[in-house]
Formats: sequence, structure tokens, C-alpha cells
Amino acid sequence: MSNNQVEMFYDDWAIRKFAVMAVVWGVVGMLMGVIIAAQLAFPELNLGLPWTSFGRLRPLHTNAVIFAFGGSALFATSYYVVQRTSQVRLAFPLLARYTFWGYQAVIVLAAITLPLGYTQGKEYAELEWPIDLLLLVVWVMYALVFFGTIANRKIKHIYVANWFYAAFIIVVALLHIVNSAAIPSEWFRSYSAYSGAQDAMIQWWYGHNAVGFFLTAAFLGMMYYFVPKQAQRPVYSYRLSIVHFWGLIFTYMWAGSHHLHYTALPDWTQSVGMVLSLILLAPSWGGMINGMMTMSGAWHKLRDDPILRFMIVSLSFYGMSTFEGPMMAIKTVNALSHYTDWTVGHVHSGALGWVGFVSMGSLYFLTPRLWGLKQMYSKKAIELHFWLATIGVVLYISAMWISGVTAGLMWRAINEDGTLTYTFVESVKAMHPFYVIRMIGGLMYVSGMIIMLWNVIKTVQMGQATPAKIPAAAAHA
Amino acid sequence: MDITDLRIISTVAALITFVGIWVWAWLGRNKKDFEEAARLPLEGDEE
Repeated sequence: MSNNQVEMFYDDWAIRKFAVMAVVWGVVGMLMGVIIAAQLAFPELNLGLPWTSFGRLRPLHTNAVIFAFGGSALFATSYYVVQRTSQVRLAFPLLARYTFWGYQAVIVLAAITLPLGYTQGKEYAELEWPIDLLLLVVWVMYALVFFGTIANRKIKHIYVANWFYAAFIIVVALLHIVNSAAIPSEWFRSYSAYSGAQDAMIQWWYGHNAVGFFLTAAFLGMMYYFVPKQAQRPVYSYRLSIVHFWGLIFTYMWAGSHHLHYTALPDWTQSVGMVLSLILLAPSWGGMINGMMTMSGAWHKLRDDPILRFMIVSLSFYGMSTFEGPMMAIKTVNALSHYTDWTVGHVHSGALGWVGFVSMGSLYFLTPRLWGLKQMYSKKAIELHFWLATIGVVLYISAMWISGVTAGLMWRAINEDGTLTYTFVESVKAMHPFYVIRMIGGLMYVSGMIIMLWNVIKTVQMGQATPAKIPAAAAHA
Repeated sequence: MDITDLRIISTVAALITFVGIWVWAWLGRNKKDFEEAARLPLEGDEE
């Protein structure tokens, strides 16, 4: 093909690769989650080895599900959405390929170094400095591809989904550079550039904005393209999407200190985090309402469209967890919930319910289209996946709610003479049945993901990767 | 002017900017443009 002809097609190479790897890493990461859940219920499963102990496998689980599964799904969907809504081919196609191989290399290095115990010791930012630098290079290439494509766009308006993806790319770069700043002492060992309470504040400024911009803004970008696509209806309110976008941007940055209530952090900083977290409810629900209302007049489609059901349930969990989050940021509530399983339940209501479901729904939409098909290999398998995942999440989070509140109440119970009513081990014993239920919920969730992997492999085998043509009308515009 | 003044100014400026965006988004004259923008994902597909 001549250069002119190439320009007439979208560049979906990296999208296909990332879409399949998202599902593969989803299975791996969620399986790690079930393993560590089983370790908490049955400690013998740590096997007495350092490499298989909970402390080393837990960061492997979080990195695999957030960055490997979620990240790959975001690369795939952002490259797809930015091309389709700009009606132009991806800028720097070679760089897009490098982002795929570079990002997979980061994931593989994480999977090797974390069980070996190499860590910076910062939650969700564990990777040591050489891997941090590699990720930085990949991220700069990602930004060049994404913003280059926006710059080349054939459509004057930049669609709202791209705004969310853009915020995600910029803020994640900022967070990564600031929080990972460290003084290397040798290969795979380094010391944080910050100390004491400042180090803690920077860590949770990072941690909460990773939730805000990696796990929220970016997946809202996904929602703003794939929900209207699957429902075949435009976004309910475009102006609401603009206002709640800027609401999230201006508010999220301040909320991180709610992770440090009742610590050495100055009290006023904690209060600022609490108040801004409460305000955050408004822009969060703006997005949830906008997604839900996009369905108005098309609710009947839910009856026989399991993909749409994935998306709607994801929005319900987004609404629930963004209500729960501000509530837990209130100091008096946090006094009960912090350091208990309630926090773990809250995170998974967002991660399994919102991020997981919206990614699965979008990937079910995307996969057949990337291989020249109209539908996935098996619709029945999507149905089964949906129910396994839904029941799994509900089991998981309700078990963690009960376990968390029980432990929180037991820890604060005081006898008349001022001594503690319960020993710590009594609270552990009370939590045990719920750890088993959580493990079963997780097992159901990962079973659904394995069915998805099978369905994706079958779909890819059935279809053929054919280049998608850019609409002719736009090519002249 | 010390750093506290700068912090106050930037915070107030951010608030005014946000309210400005809100007012702009709710202006009636943008309605048609927004409706067109909302249809972007639904157009240009060869399905």
C-alpha cells in the first residue's frame, strides 16, 4: 500500500495486542488475589517460603490487576477511542508498538522482582527505580501517541472521552515522577526522597490520585465512549460531562489526606482531606448519573444484552463506592472503619464492580470488532460471566463489610474498668468465616474471567484482523 | 507577598475558573454544539 492508502485506515495493531493481554493479565492478577485471600483464611498456604508469602504476593496482586489488567485495557480503549472520535490514524504508529512491548516488559519485571522482595515499600508504587524509569519512558511515548493523534484530528471538537483519557495520562505522569523520586543506592535498592509525615502525605497524595485518575478518570473515558456505543444513544447530558470533568479535576488532588486520619499528619490537613472528599461526591455522581441516564428509553435492551448489563452494573458500583468513599473519609466514621476489612471491601466494590465490569463490557464490545466480526464467539458465555462476576462481587464486599464493622466494634469495645473487652486474636477469629466467604467470591469472579479468556480466544480464532477504514466523508473534511 | 498569598490567589482563581466553566457550559447558545458533540461516537462507523 502506498502512504496515501495507509492513511485511509485506522492503526489497530497495538489495540489488538493490549486487548488480549488485558484479559490474560486479568486472569493472572485475579488468581493472585484468590491465592492471597486463601492465605489469609488458611495461613499454611504461605508455604513457609519468602517468595510465596502474603507480604510479597499482595503487591504482585495489586500491580497485576491495576496496572497489568486495568492498564492494558486503558491502552487498548484509549488508542481505539482517540482514533474513532478524531477520525484519524494513530500518530507515531511505531511508538504505539513500543508502548505495547515496553509496558509488557514493566509488567514482567514487576512479576519477577516483587516475589524476590525488591520493593520501594510504597503502596501501589512498589517497583524499584530502574523499572520506574522504564515506565516513565513508556509513558512519554504513550503521551506522544495520544496527543499526537489529537493534534492530527479531522474532527474539530475533542470528544469528552478523550478529555478523561488526557487527564489520566498527564496526572499519572505527574504522580509517578513525584512519588517515585528516590535516591538509588544499588540496582533494585533505593531510598525515598522524602521523610516522615511528608513522605506519608506524598504517598497518599499519589495513592488517592491514582484512584482518581487511573481508576476513575480513565475508566470514565471508557464509559463515555462504550456506553453510548453499546446503547446506541448519545450521552444524556454533554454539559454535565464537562462540568463533572472539571469538578473531578479541581477536587481530587486535595482528598488524599483522608488516608492518614488520626496519624502524625497535621490535624488541619486531615480536615481539608475530609471536606474535599465530601465535595467529591458531587462530580462523581455527575458521571454516574450521566452514564445511567444515557440508558433512558433503552432500558429494555438490558433484557437481552449482557454487555450493556456489564456497563450498567459497573455504573451502579461506581455510584455506590463513590458514596461510600466520602462517608468513610468523615473522621468519626474513619475511626471505626480504618485498618479494618471495610476498607478492603470498599476498594473492591470500586475495583471489581466499577473498573472490572466497565473494562469487561468494553472489551466484549471491542474484541469482535477488532477481528472483523459483529459479535463475540459465545453470547451465553458472556451471560455466565456476568452472573458469576456479579454474585462474586456481592459475596466479596458484603463479607468484608460484616468482617470490617465487626472487627472495628470489637477493637473499640471497652469494659467498665477501662480495659479492652476483646483481645486482638478474638477479632481475628470473628473475621475468619468472612475470609472464607471472600475467597469464594473471588473464586467466582476469576472463574468468570477465565470464561472470558476462552471466549476471547475463540473469537480471535474465528475472526480475522482486518484494517478498519476511516470514514470517507471525514477524510475530506 | 509571601507564599501564603500565592496559595490564596491560586485557590480562589481555581474556584472562579471552575464556576466560569460551569456558567459557560450551561449557556443556551452552546446547546446545538453539545448535541453534535454528543453524537460523535455514534457517527462514522461502517457497521
